[in-house]
Formats: sequence, C-alpha cells, structure tokens
Amino acid sequence: MENLEQIRDRLLARFPGAEVTLINNPGPSAQHSLLLGLAQAREIALFLRDDPALRLDYCSNATGIDWPAKEFTDVVRTPVKDAAGATLRILEEKTKRVTPGFLEVVYHLYSMEKKHGPVVIRLRTGNRTDQVTVPSLTPVWRSCDFQEREIFDLYGVNFEGHHDLRRILMWDGFKDHPMRKDYVAPDDYEWEPTPHGAVLEKAKAHYPAPPPATVP
Amino acid sequence: MTDPEIASPSAFPEPSVLATHSAATVRPVHDEFHGDLLEVSMGPQHPSTHGVFRMVVTLDGEVIVKLKPVFGYLHRNHEKLGENTTYLGSMPYTDRLDYLCSMTNNWAYALAVEKLAGQPVPERAEYVRVILAEMTRLVNHMCLVGFLFNDLGTSFTPLLYAFREREKFIDLFESLSGSRMMCNFQRFGGCRANPSPEWLGAVSKLVDGFPKFLDEYEQLLTGNEILLARTQGVGCLSPELAVQAGITGPMLRASGVGYDIRKADGYGIYPRFDFRVPIGAHGDTYDRYMMRILEMRESVKILQQALRDIPAGPVMDPKSRLRNFRPKPGEAYGRIEGPKGEIGFYLISDGSPNPLRYRVRAPSFVNLTVIEDMCLGRTVADSVVILGSVDIVLGEVDR
Repeated sequence: MENLEQIRDRLLARFPGAEVTLINNPGPSAQHSLLLGLAQAREIALFLRDDPALRLDYCSNATGIDWPAKEFTDVVRTPVKDAAGATLRILEEKTKRVTPGFLEVVYHLYSMEKKHGPVVIRLRTGNRTDQVTVPSLTPVWRSCDFQEREIFDLYGVNFEGHHDLRRILMWDGFKDHPMRKDYVAPDDYEWEPTPHGAVLEKAKAHYPAPPPATVP
Repeated sequence: MTDPEIASPSAFPEPSVLATHSAATVRPVHDEFHGDLLEVSMGPQHPSTHGVFRMVVTLDGEVIVKLKPVFGYLHRNHEKLGENTTYLGSMPYTDRLDYLCSMTNNWAYALAVEKLAGQPVPERAEYVRVILAEMTRLVNHMCLVGFLFNDLGTSFTPLLYAFREREKFIDLFESLSGSRMMCNFQRFGGCRANPSPEWLGAVSKLVDGFPKFLDEYEQLLTGNEILLARTQGVGCLSPELAVQAGITGPMLRASGVGYDIRKADGYGIYPRFDFRVPIGAHGDTYDRYMMRILEMRESVKILQQALRDIPAGPVMDPKSRLRNFRPKPGEAYGRIEGPKGEIGFYLISDGSPNPLRYRVRAPSFVNLTVIEDMCLGRTVADSVVILGSVDIVLGEVDR
C-alpha cells in the first residue's frame, strides 16, 4: 500500500481545494492519520472506498475523542539592566493562552479485498458546544451505523446524513453526554448503614446534621 | 406503517453513489385479507435473546417487516472506566467484555498497549498466547453451537455435551491463571505465569482427544433434520453487504469472504502455523453453524503445532514495566481475530499513567448491524435462530 503522504497528495490532486492534513503520530506504533475538512469529507471517503488501488472497503472502528480547551501559560523573561550593563532583576511577563476545545471522530479503514490497512482518517468539529455537526460516513460504510450512533450518544457529535440518529446505549430521556471529559455524574445518593469516606461526605450533604443532643 | 421521515436537505454535498440502507424488502399489504401490523417487543427478559437484549419486531401476519434491536441495558461505560484507571488496571475489566473469551480480550488489549509502547514479547509468551486463544476459540464455538440448538428447541442436550467438554478447558484455565472465566492473564510484554510442562501435557492430551468429541458432536447434530429444515436458506447475508457492514469473524466467512485477521495481519506468530480458513457458500444460518465446526477443527491443528513447537524460556520481557507504566504520547489501534470477530482496542496516550482515550471495538456490537436485513421476510421463530447464529454476548455489545 502507498504511504499516507502519497495518499494525501493524490487526494489533493483529485479534490482541488479540499483540506487534507497529515497528523503525525509520535508514538512507536507510527499509525499516522489524515485530517479531512468537513465540506468534502464524504466525497473523499467515497473515493477511498472505491479507488482501485486503495479499496478501503471495510471501516473497522469509528470512535469519538473529546479534546477540552487547554490553557497554556507563556512566560517571557526580560532582564532589566542598569547603565553599566549589570542585570538588576528579571522581569517576568506571563500571558495565558487558551487553545479551543473540539470533538474529534476517528475512523480506522482497512481493505478486505487487498488485505491492507489501516488508514486512519479524522474529522474535527468547530467547538464543543454549538458547531458539533460533521457529515456522517454511514452512507459510505454501513459499519459506522451503530458506532456513529454511539458517538452521538456518548459525545454529542451530530452526524448529518445518518439515517437513524438516536441514542443507542443510554436511554432516550437522558440529557448529557457521559464520555465527555467534563461530564459530572448525577448525585444519585443511596442510603448506606455505615457510610465512610466519600460516601460519608455525600451522606452529610443529603441529610441534615443530627441534633446536638445526640452527639456525645 | 409510515416510512421513515425523509432526511432534511444536507449542507454537505451528496455523492452520486451511496450505499443503500436496510430498506424493507417486504412491504405490508393492506387489503381485506390482511389486518393491521403488530408490533411485538421481544425481550429484554427473553430466554432466546442471550441476555438483556430487546428486538422490536413489526409483524405482518407472521412475517417480519421491520426489526429494531434495542440494547444498552448492561451499559456501564466501560470506556470511561478505562480512562479513569491505569493501563494495567483495565486488564481485569477486559475479562468482563466477552465473558466467555477473556483470554482473547486480554490478548487484544495487551497487543494494543504493546503497539502503543513499542514493547516486544518473548517467544514462549507468543506461543502461550496462541495456545490460550485457540483454546478459547474452541470453548466459544462449542458453546455457541450448544446455544444455537437451544434456540432451535433441543432442550439442553447439545449444550450439556458442550459444557461437559468446556469444563475440562476452563479447569485448565483455572490451574494456569487462578480463575475459570475471569482469567486476567496477559500482561504488557508477556503473560503472568509460565505454564509448567505438566500443564502443557494436560492441554496436549485434551486437544488430541478433541477431534473424537467433535466427531461425536457432529454425528449428533450436523445431519440433524431439524437443523437442516430450520437453518438452510434462513437469514442469508450477501458478501457485499457483509463487507459493507463491517461484519467480521465466522459470520463474514460464512458469506464467502475469506478475511481472517490471523492471515491478513499475521499478528503474533500466526504466520508460522499451517491452517486453513474455512469459507461458506451461501451465507445462511447453516453455513454459520458449519463455520464454527470447521474452525474448531482448524484450531485443533494450530494447537497441536503450537504445543509441539513451544520453546523453553521466560514468558515476560524483563524490560517491561507494569507498575507506573507511562507510554510515550501517541496512539495505537491493535486488533486480533477473536472467536466472534475482530476485537480491537484503540488507545491514546498523553504520557500520563491513564490513557487519554480507551476504546473497545467489540465484534458483537458491529455484527448486530445487519440483524434487520437478515430477518426481513422471515418469521419470529427464524429471527431467534438467526440471532443465535450471530453469536452475541451482551457484556460486549453494551460495554
């Protein structure tokens, strides 16, 4: 199989104006991936499936990843000098920089016909709140059907063009997306006769403190 | 019956050729002889659904015109648990995915972590892994055949013989790993314990006697009139649809697609063994049954070769770290051919002791995609058999 750079170059030649970026994997597995722009993702996926040299007819795994917003602190150190040139003190200037969070969908593609793979493709949403729509690849590979429903359920990625986008693992009335990093489990307290540790703290929040007379 | 609502116009351009979805091939007839459609909810507590699984079946007379699987009753967010614990801490949890095949689950997870960390595995451990995985395949397939016959109405006789034989295998699992089903045996860079020559001798004896049991089992079952009448031509799955829907394992090969990850990826030391991949011709339930029987015979061959060739030596790489294990940032997807299909683990590391993302690609979950396509036009009684031949374990579907 041709390597990922060749595939990217072929895609860029075939789809002028498409966004295809190579994402490097620094780990020892060296499974690099292609980040596709949302506008032409489905056409590119169809090309990957039907291209006679690639024939990636089997989408093995589709999954979501949550990348919350990350905060970095940049420190710029400028020495303050006197007239003679000796350093008096070092002025530290700290600036905070926030990279916005996003949700990502990853597909692992193999070829059953040519017996090669994997080719990893990724789609990214604009943010984690209102721009969470990506094109569904279920029309291209039906194996994404349940897996995209699972991503919709657990991550809240909206797949446009999916024929049956409903919750699959959580129940229908459920509101949140439990696989997100900032998900807080509901405070479902159950009474225990001898609470201790974290359960005791929870128990205190659920019951009023005992009257002072009963405390020895 | 109303058609599903037409999708709103998409902001993304529609390509010219798209795969078709499960369009019902059987249309309800509304005339004076046919009444209304009947919706039956099979499950979640139903003996034929192999666990807490529900099928919402719409019937026209006795013919299924629509079937929607409903699951998630056993969902415990396994992946979130995996993100909140260390790499090693997830290993016992993988036993609980497909609780009949904990050894292959362990191996798939260990393989993914070894890819992520670039961890080599000693020679003897590779052999031990193959031996345990093929033993697991035997256990899974004979249990599946037993359960399939239960769905056909043979009240427990084939299952009893399967369980009698399975008991011998899981006794050996217990003597090696300490647990009959929740083995928790593989580690990153090897296995937890080095099997003794006596243990290997016991496996050898059991494996050599297995074809005799299999002949007996087949004599009882394969030519059985009930099996032939109830499974031949039932629940046909075309090879095109099987590939398109990502079906793996014996179910894919029953449809005539020769794709086995042991051959395609050649992970571990599988290229060293001489074995064949059985392929079906019709993709019906009977072929799916026969696939299991033929695969058991091939597994016996692999086991005999592995037991003959296994070298002496350590089973754990001396440089492997289990405690305070922090792989370098990166990601890896590792997969093996489990008894039910491709079981894969996708891991992302950010250099901390916990994985940033821990994903399980469960074969039963994806294999359920086509359950509606196989059941359309058949009766409810057939849907039970078809579901039985898919081979699902709900611990893995719901995760």
